[in-house]
Amino acid sequence: MNELFEGLAEAARLIVTLDSDLIEISLRSLQVTVTAVIVASAIGLPLGAWLAVNRFRHRRTAIATLNALMGLPPVVVGLVVYLLLSRSGPFGVLGLLFTPTAMIVAQIIILTPLVASIAHQAMRDMWAEYHDLLISLNTTRWQRIRVLIWDGRRALLTASLAGFGRGIGEVGAIMIVGGNIDHSTRVLTTAIALETGKGNFALALGLGFVLIGLALLVNGLIHTLSHTEVSDRW
Amino acid sequence: MVEALILPLRLSGAMVRRKGRTIVGPVDHQVSATGFTIVMGPNGAGKTTLLRMMHGMERLSAGSVTWQVPERDARERQAYVFQTPVMMRRSVLDNVAYPLIVHGVRPKPARARAGAWLEQVGLSGLADRQATVLSGGERQKLALARALIRAPQILFLDEPCASLDGRAMRDIEAILRAAHAAGTRIVMATHDMGQARRLATEVLFVHHGALHEVASASTFFDHASTPDARAFLKGDILE
Repeated sequence: MNELFEGLAEAARLIVTLDSDLIEISLRSLQVTVTAVIVASAIGLPLGAWLAVNRFRHRRTAIATLNALMGLPPVVVGLVVYLLLSRSGPFGVLGLLFTPTAMIVAQIIILTPLVASIAHQAMRDMWAEYHDLLISLNTTRWQRIRVLIWDGRRALLTASLAGFGRGIGEVGAIMIVGGNIDHSTRVLTTAIALETGKGNFALALGLGFVLIGLALLVNGLIHTLSHTEVSDRW
Repeated sequence: MVEALILPLRLSGAMVRRKGRTIVGPVDHQVSATGFTIVMGPNGAGKTTLLRMMHGMERLSAGSVTWQVPERDARERQAYVFQTPVMMRRSVLDNVAYPLIVHGVRPKPARARAGAWLEQVGLSGLADRQATVLSGGERQKLALARALIRAPQILFLDEPCASLDGRAMRDIEAILRAAHAAGTRIVMATHDMGQARRLATEVLFVHHGALHEVASASTFFDHASTPDARAFLKGDILE
């Protein structure tokens, strides 16, 4: 129990003193995950809408696979990305291993199926509603996808935020491809893992509270900016 | 520019079958270029499927539905109002402007025209409200404005006044009369005998998926030729 209070106190101290290391790794956490969420959303949201609108032969298989990929183990993704980016791997020449870019690539792979799958579920319900109207108005496939994305933007925000939630707390993949290098690829989650290993529980817990606070802050900010949960609006 | 006329619409042997059951057809009929057609018949007779088939929303199992212009051009000049209108999750004004915007009109003029239509259907006070909070009658008026905004040559309506009160029904009938007077061909399914008598110039009586009787309104209501139609008009329950 004592460790928890020490952790809280440590979190308060880190924030109040504007600890430069804390700020650096927090910003890197945000940079990696926010970039990954943006790219994953750019792929996943239209993909989800596309799957909702189109009927093709292996649609059920595709959706089942997508849903299964939501549970993709980050450690395995990290390992595969590591092998692809390592010196002897196919993309070794790019020299990306142990850089924030590598961490972003790994997170994009983890987040895209999650974002696409949640988006698909929201879009499927909306498509059932809009179907007759959009067919009657003689819209093209692309126009249908666009209207679903625009009118369903609040539901899609939830998909992106779910991706952010998974990304910001993820440690397995970014530890492997980033290497947790101080002042280079260290982020909140890898720092927590490191400090826990060293036995610095107060510092680890402090960082943990900062991480939770950060996640709450980002979610709250986005909800406020987009006016969700306000009556009379979607 | 004179717009090519898409009517008359010719259905020959048109049939819709689903899971081995014939829903509608085979239908041989010609929808003439003018008039106000009311489609009547008991529940499950196939009124909705007949309308959707004419509009090109049902896959035909046999026969053909042909317009005077290629199918693709004909689609541009038709509109359809569904029994439960689809409310897009946006403002009332943007709902009405959508058919214009999606077909290439710039948002600003599209919204201006949508505003004018809202005025005509009596919804201008609600332009900025979310469409999803409208009442049943308001939804139908929105759907009518959205259908008429592209000045279709033919308008299909599937029981637009089902479960509406007298006042909303009167408003909607006034809008339909105005559209008809302006030259829009109307084909409408309804259950309401009084409404049919008020509006129809021609009646299609549908029973068991077949076009049972086609007659001008006066002939149909006064001297229906088939026993089923007479029974239906008397208010008997048709099996």
